[in-house]
Amino acid sequence: MSTIDNKVPHGKPLKDTWTSYKDKVDLVNPANKRNLDIIVVGTGLAGGSAAATLAEQGYNVKAFCYQDSPRRAHSIAAQGGINAAKNYQGDGDSTYRLFYDTVKGGDYRSREANVHRLAEVSANIIDQCVAQGVPFARDYGGLLDNRSFGGVLVSRTFYAKGQTGQQLLLGAYSAMNRQIARGKITMYNRHEMLDVVIVDGKARGIITRNIVTGEIDRHSAHAVVLGTGGYGNVFFLSTNAMGSNVTAGWKAHKRGAYFANPCYTQIHPTCIPRSGDYQSKLTLMSESLRNDGRIWVPGRKEDVDAIRNGSLKPTQIAEENRDYYLERRYPAFGNLVPRDVASRAAKERCDAGFGVNATGEAVYLDFASAIVRYGKEQATIKGEKNASESRIKELGKDIVKAKYGNLFDMYKQITDDNPYETPMMIYPAVHYTMGGIWVDYNLMTTIPGCYAIGEANFSDHGANRLGASALMQGLADGYFVLPYTIGAYLSYDIRTGPISTDSPEFEAAEKEVTKNMEFFVNNKGTNSVDYYHKKLGNIMWEKCGMSRNEKGLNEAIDEIAALREDFWKNVSVPGYANELNPELEKAGRVADFLELGELFAKDALDRNESCGGHFREESVEVGGPQDGEAKRDDKNYAYVSAWEYKGKPSEAVLHKEQLEFKEIELKQRSYK
Amino acid sequence: MKDMNLTLKIWRQKGANDKGKMIDYQVAGISEHMSFLEMMDVLNEQLINSGDSPVAFDHDCREGICGSCSMFINGEAHGPVKGTTTCQLHMRSFKDGDTIYIEPFRAKAFPVLKDLVVDRSSFDRIQRSGGFISVNTSGNTQDANALPIPKQDADLAMDAAACIGCGACVATCKNSSAMLFVGAKISQYALLPQGQVESKTRAQNMVAQMDAEGFGNCTNTGACEVECPKGIDLSNIARMNREFLGGSLKG
Ligand SMILES: Cc1cc2nc3c(=O)[nH]c(=O)nc-3n(C[C@H](O)[C@H](O)[C@H](O)COP(=O)(O)OP(=O)(O)OC[C@H]3O[C@@H](n4cnc5c(N)ncnc54)[C@H](O)[C@@H]3O)c2cc1C
Ligand code: SF4
Ligand code: FES
Repeated sequence: MSTIDNKVPHGKPLKDTWTSYKDKVDLVNPANKRNLDIIVVGTGLAGGSAAATLAEQGYNVKAFCYQDSPRRAHSIAAQGGINAAKNYQGDGDSTYRLFYDTVKGGDYRSREANVHRLAEVSANIIDQCVAQGVPFARDYGGLLDNRSFGGVLVSRTFYAKGQTGQQLLLGAYSAMNRQIARGKITMYNRHEMLDVVIVDGKARGIITRNIVTGEIDRHSAHAVVLGTGGYGNVFFLSTNAMGSNVTAGWKAHKRGAYFANPCYTQIHPTCIPRSGDYQSKLTLMSESLRNDGRIWVPGRKEDVDAIRNGSLKPTQIAEENRDYYLERRYPAFGNLVPRDVASRAAKERCDAGFGVNATGEAVYLDFASAIVRYGKEQATIKGEKNASESRIKELGKDIVKAKYGNLFDMYKQITDDNPYETPMMIYPAVHYTMGGIWVDYNLMTTIPGCYAIGEANFSDHGANRLGASALMQGLADGYFVLPYTIGAYLSYDIRTGPISTDSPEFEAAEKEVTKNMEFFVNNKGTNSVDYYHKKLGNIMWEKCGMSRNEKGLNEAIDEIAALREDFWKNVSVPGYANELNPELEKAGRVADFLELGELFAKDALDRNESCGGHFREESVEVGGPQDGEAKRDDKNYAYVSAWEYKGKPSEAVLHKEQLEFKEIELKQRSYK
Repeated sequence: MKDMNLTLKIWRQKGANDKGKMIDYQVAGISEHMSFLEMMDVLNEQLINSGDSPVAFDHDCREGICGSCSMFINGEAHGPVKGTTTCQLHMRSFKDGDTIYIEPFRAKAFPVLKDLVVDRSSFDRIQRSGGFISVNTSGNTQDANALPIPKQDADLAMDAAACIGCGACVATCKNSSAMLFVGAKISQYALLPQGQVESKTRAQNMVAQMDAEGFGNCTNTGACEVECPKGIDLSNIARMNREFLGGSLKG
C-alpha cells in the first residue's frame, strides 16, 4: 500500500491556492494550440462545456457521445437547480460558506482544495450561462431568483423551472454548436468509446465503435478527457438514463487509472417505487417535497396486510395507528433529515415488514396535514371564520398545487394515483455516484494525459453529495478548471506533432475491442444481457445498498465473480457486430459493470466505518443519544481509496490519499 | 385491471438501405402500470429468447426530457396521450385485445436507420447554423444581474427553450415542416437581450439550413402544436417569421 500525490500546490493559504496556480501555470501559445488535438468523451455538462471551451481556446477537439445528439446527455434530466455563491439574496452566503457546506455535506471525505476551488468559480458559472441565454427563473424586478435546497441555511440555488439541467446543457450544447460550425470541434454522435490507447505511458487516443454501422475506429490526440457520467446503473435500477455506464472509466481503469471510492453511492429517499419486475428505471421526485410531506408507514402489521390486499386505504388508518418513523427517531430534524439518513430509515421499516405496496418496498409521503395547515392559514387570511372542513381542504390544495403542481402531475402520470387525495408512495433509489476515477488537483487521472471531469471523477462530493452541486461541479470542471490545468500538460507537447494511429498500441487495442464484439455475437448463449444485469442489480441492492456488512459484502464479492463467469459463458447477444445492435451495446456495458460491482463491494468491505452514503452496520454509535446512528472513524479512514487494477477486481491494490483538513474542523453529524 | 394481451404491428427495417414492412407480434401479460417502452422491453426479451431479432428503438432518460424516444403509435407521434413522450406513455391507455400500430417518425429529413430508429442529425445541423449566442466561454462576462430581464420575457423564453428536440412536430406535419422546432430556438434567443443582437442573421441562417435539409413548408395546420409533448406553441412560428422577415429586409 502506498500513498499518492494529489498535486495540490502548497505554500499559499487555501483561499489563494487556485488564483496563485492560475498565475503561475504554464500556458500554451495560441499558435501552438492549433497543433494540439484533444479528445473529449461525453457531452454532458462536464464534457460539453469542456469541449466548447477548449475549442474556443484554439485546440482541435474531437467530441464523442453515444446518443444521437450531444444535447441528450443525462445532465438533461436534472430538475432542481445549481448552486452558486452569488449572495444575491443578501443572506450571508459566501465562497467560504459554500465550501464549508459542501465539505460537511460530504461527511468530511472530500479534498478541501478542490472543493474550495469549486466554490470560488461557482459565481462565474451563472454569469457565463446567463450570457449564453440560459433562461433562469427571475423575480418581478427582472433579477435572478433563488431557492434553498437540502441541508443549508442560505438561498443559493439558481433554477430554470423544473428543468435546470436541460437548460444548462442546452447552453453548453449551443456553445459546442458554435465551435462545430467553426470547424474547431468535430462531433461524433452515436459513437461509443470502448478503450483508451496508451503510447509511451501517455493517453494518446481512443478506440470507438460507430453504433450505427458497427465500425471500430482509432482516434488519436495529445490528451484524452473523460466526461462520461456516473455508474449508478451498476444497480440496474436507478434514476440514471438507460445508457448511463461505466465503460469509458472502467477501460481507463484497466489501462492504469486508479478508481476512487467506488462504494460511495447516493441513494435518494424520494423516488417513485418499483411497480413490478418489468421495471426498467426509477423516477426521482424532488427532495423539496419533504418540506411539506410527512413520511409514515402503518404501525400495525394487520393494517399493512389489509393495505396490500386492497381492503384498506391509507386514508382510513387512524392517526394513532400510523408510525411517523422519521419524526419518532429524529425529533429535531424530523422529515428533513439528510438524504442518506432518510433512505436508511425507509429501508429499515420495509425490511421489518411495514412496506405499503405489493412489492413491500414503499412508504407514504403524506400531504394531508400540510393541506389542512395551509387551508386553515388561508381561511384566516381570507376572513372565512367558519370555513367547513372541505372548504379548508380546497384552500389548502390550491397552495400545495402552486408549490408542487408539476411534481404531483408527474406522479399521477406514472402511477395513476392522485396525491392530493391519497398519500404518495415513495422509496429510495440509486441516484448519483460520488466515487469515480481518481484525479489530482489538475483533474488528471493516474494515466498521464488522461483527464476525468464531472460525475465521472470522484473529486468534490466526498461520501455524500448535497443537492444542486453536481451541475455546479460539471460546469466548473469544464468551463473553468480543465481549460487551465490541461495547458500545463500540453505545453510539453507543442513539438510532438500529430499522433499516428498506426502504432502497435492502437493496433492491439483495436484488435481487442473487435475480438470482444465478435465474441458476444458469436457466443449464442442462453440468457439475455438484461438477465445478467438484473441479477447483478439485485446483488448490489441487497448487499451493497443502503446498509452494508462484512458478511454480505463478502458474499457479494463471490456472487458477482460467479455471475461474471456465467455471463462470459452463457450470455446471448442476437444479431451482428456490423449493424445497429442495442443488445451488443448493452453487453459491453454490463460486462464492465460486472467487474466494477466486485471492486465496489471490495471497497465497501475495506471501509469499516459509516460515512455519508456508506453505512456499515458494524460502525454504529452504541449507547448515548446517538445510539444506533452512523459512526464515522476519522482516525482510521480519513482517506480516499484509490484502487489500482491488477488483472481482475479481486487483485486490485489499494492506494490511500490521506485527507488533510486545514480550514475545517471535523465534526460528528447529529440529527436527533 | 387484469393483465392485457395485445397485438403489435411494428415497422421492421433491417438497415437504412433495406425495405421495411409491418410485422405482427403478440405480447401477453402486460400490466397497466408498465410504460410503453417497458412493454417493448417485454417484447424484446421474448424475441431474444426465441432467437429472433429484437426491435431497435431510441430511448435513454425514460422520463420525458432527453427527446430520444420517438414512436408513431396508432397514427400519432408519441401515441394517444397529449403532452406526453413515448417513454411516459403508460399501458393503462390501452385495453386488453387492442391492436397497436408502431412506426418510426417519418420525414425525408429523418431517414430510418433501423426499425424505429431514425436519423435526426438534421436538427443538430440547423442548430449549428445559428442556434447560439456568440459569446466566449472564458468566464469574463458581466455579472449575471447586471442586465435585468422582465420576468414575462424570461418566462416566455423558458417556455420556448423547453423543446426537447424529439421531432414529433416534423413527424406529425403533412409537409414535414420543422418550423415549430426552429421557431422555438429562434424565439428563446429573440426574447432575451443577450440574443437580440444576432437575432435576424440567426433566423436567416437557421431557416436556410432548415430548407437545405429538406424539411417542408408550414401551411398552418397546427398539427405540430397538438402533438408536441412539451406544449411549444404556434406563436413561436409567428415570432420566427417576424425575425426572418426583418432579417431579409435588412439584408
Ligand atoms: C434525475 C436526476 C436529477 C438530478 N438533479 C440534479 C439537480 O437538480 N442538481 C444537481 O446539481 N445535480 C442533479 N443531478 C446530478 C447531475 O445531473 C449529474 O451528476 C450531472 O449532470 C452529470 O453530468 P456529466 O457531464 O458528468 O455526465 P452526463 O450528463 O451523464 O454525460 C455523460 C456523457 O458521456 C457520454 N458517454 C458515456 N459513456 C460513453 C462512452 N463509453 N462512449 C462515448 N460517450 C459516452 C454520454 O453520451 C454523455 O454525453 C441529477 C441527476 C439525475 C439522474
Ligand atoms: S417543438 Fe415539440 S415536438 Fe417539435 S421537437 Fe420540440 S418538443 Fe419535439
Ligand atoms: S427516453 Fe428520454 S424523452 Fe423519452
